[in-house]
Amino acid sequence: MSGTGAEISLVGAVNLALKRAMADDPAVLVLGEDVGIDGGVFRATEGLWQLYGETRVLDTPLAEVSIAGVAIGLAAQGFRPVAEIQFTGFAYPCVDQMINHASRLRTRTQGRLTCPMVLRSPGGGGIRAIEHHSESPEAIFAHMPGLRVVMPSSPARAYGLLLSAIRDPDPVVFIEPTRLYRAAREAVADTGEGLPLDTCFVLREGRDLTLVSWGAMLKETLEAADLLSDQGIAAEVIDVATLKPLDEKTILDSVARTGRVVVVQEAPITCGYGAEIAARVATGALTSLLAPIQRVAGCDTVMPYPRTEEHYMPSAARIVAAANRVMAYT
Amino acid sequence: MTTIAEFSIGSTRILDPSGAVVGDLPDFASDRDELVALYRAMVLTRAFDAKAIALQRTGRLGTYASSLGQEAVPVGLAAAMRPDDVLVPSFREHGAQLWRGVTLEELFLFWGGDERGNDFAGPREDFPTCVPVGTHAPHAVGVALAMKLRQEPRAAVCVFGDGATSKGDVLEALNMAGVWQAPAVFVVNNNGWAISVPRARQTAAETLAQKAIGAGIPGEQIDGNDVIAMRHVADRALARARSGGGPTLIEAVTYRLSDHTTADDASRYREDTDVSPHWKQEPLVRLRTYLTAAHGWTKADEEALLRACDDAVDAAAETYLATPPMPPDAMFAHTFAELPADLEAQKAALTGGDE
Repeated sequence: MSGTGAEISLVGAVNLALKRAMADDPAVLVLGEDVGIDGGVFRATEGLWQLYGETRVLDTPLAEVSIAGVAIGLAAQGFRPVAEIQFTGFAYPCVDQMINHASRLRTRTQGRLTCPMVLRSPGGGGIRAIEHHSESPEAIFAHMPGLRVVMPSSPARAYGLLLSAIRDPDPVVFIEPTRLYRAAREAVADTGEGLPLDTCFVLREGRDLTLVSWGAMLKETLEAADLLSDQGIAAEVIDVATLKPLDEKTILDSVARTGRVVVVQEAPITCGYGAEIAARVATGALTSLLAPIQRVAGCDTVMPYPRTEEHYMPSAARIVAAANRVMAYT
Repeated sequence: MTTIAEFSIGSTRILDPSGAVVGDLPDFASDRDELVALYRAMVLTRAFDAKAIALQRTGRLGTYASSLGQEAVPVGLAAAMRPDDVLVPSFREHGAQLWRGVTLEELFLFWGGDERGNDFAGPREDFPTCVPVGTHAPHAVGVALAMKLRQEPRAAVCVFGDGATSKGDVLEALNMAGVWQAPAVFVVNNNGWAISVPRARQTAAETLAQKAIGAGIPGEQIDGNDVIAMRHVADRALARARSGGGPTLIEAVTYRLSDHTTADDASRYREDTDVSPHWKQEPLVRLRTYLTAAHGWTKADEEALLRACDDAVDAAAETYLATPPMPPDAMFAHTFAELPADLEAQKAALTGGDE
């Protein structure tokens, strides 16, 4: 997957996966606001309109409900629409379409109609954006039966996971960490190979504790693992990647070895996805636990404006502090 | 000030409430068999309606939304559709669904609370009944766009009520269909009531048809209790859509003679004296009067038809009642194409195969 291709950014990998998916399958369409000649506000769809024209790259009117809803109609007719919502703060109107229609079209019709669509949107803070451009709604979508929810954390995983999301026969919400869009480059080979949508990725092995995170927070989580390593603490780092369905086994197996777990999320703490992981660990690995499960998360506040958002965002230092708290139990 | 744009909304009525011809009869209306087919479909729809309410009242069907008095809208519309057009219905289009080949058994199953009722053996591409109000309108645009992209001479047909025209979803869908000139026909089944809220409190607009004007697409009103007008206007709109002429909004003005659903009691917000005049306008009597006068429809024809429809409905109800519910693990069967591991565990736990 990685290693042999050109070094590209995460948003470049999204673009590469879209190009690849459209080349491989004429049923793949891209639609959304400004996705055409402009190539998307983050350039995720750059060049697609020039390559595939306006019948496969559709600039839509400014209407989020209908971007999701039209994608459902297209999907039911055999297309594979990839709908872009410019920021996850603007994806909330789509919640109705995703929960009341996309996620249940297969069940409602006993498989007669299906909805192989992807709703893509950049999410998360730390980019000094204006209000509503920094939200973390993954738990809202993950709560909906019948949806898959994916958040990549590296260019290579963005490429492979997006390809699989587009090819998946069911609806997928694909949240791209805006903060990582251009934060790092990685060699990604355009092999056309997808990554599994039911598997966590162990990014780093360690015997002392398990750090579990997804999306942009992997950056701070990996930094924290480095800092802990300096203290002589070996942290295992797991990238959840696909929040729904959850690969519980990889997490439980890790906790069974380490006995300690810290879950890191950027979203507000209450009813966040970290609570789901904590509950699964409490149910499936209680006897292995040597310390209470810790969560490092955003606050139950409105996402602050850029001048103070750094105080909201979990930092490597906060993750290290939580790790030290679980290590303190002997 | 200079006027830079002007609009008008036309209205079509061909049969008046007394069954008299007051407009130009379209060609199909000179064919007795065609009219009898429309009449039969409306009678069957009403027979289904009566049986569904009776079953609900005796605890053998779930909450049900009656289409009493507004049968001409779905029947006339479906008669104008071709089999390969796609219906994207709201929840009072039983007449259209039956016309298109959804079976009485499937309708009973759906309203009885069984997803198999949406697995139509007939129109495989038609959407299932949409319970949320107006949220299906964008789906019809997607379906129509798919047809346009594949250059197929087909159309998507979306029906919603007067209340739905207050929703952003519907206005977004009309706008988007206009931008793309999508082959979609939108029909407002304006029955005067969004549960207890009357049409006058739904919008200050003089007609609902004019909601099309803001989207740049044609809008027109018809007498929705006149099945000949419904079919005729829908024929024209569908022909235009299929040939690349773009979308249309048709407002069919009818009246909800029933409660909103079996869970509603309309006497809380409207008087019988408000309702009773509408019984003189309803679509079945109107067409029957015309059939009798123009095509010699007899009392014997009428009785035979009523008996046949009742028998078909009774037989379908028996089949529905004899159909066992799906087993508990069926809820997992179509959640995803392939069941993920964590759902396998939930399924096993539910069905006793685990722990």
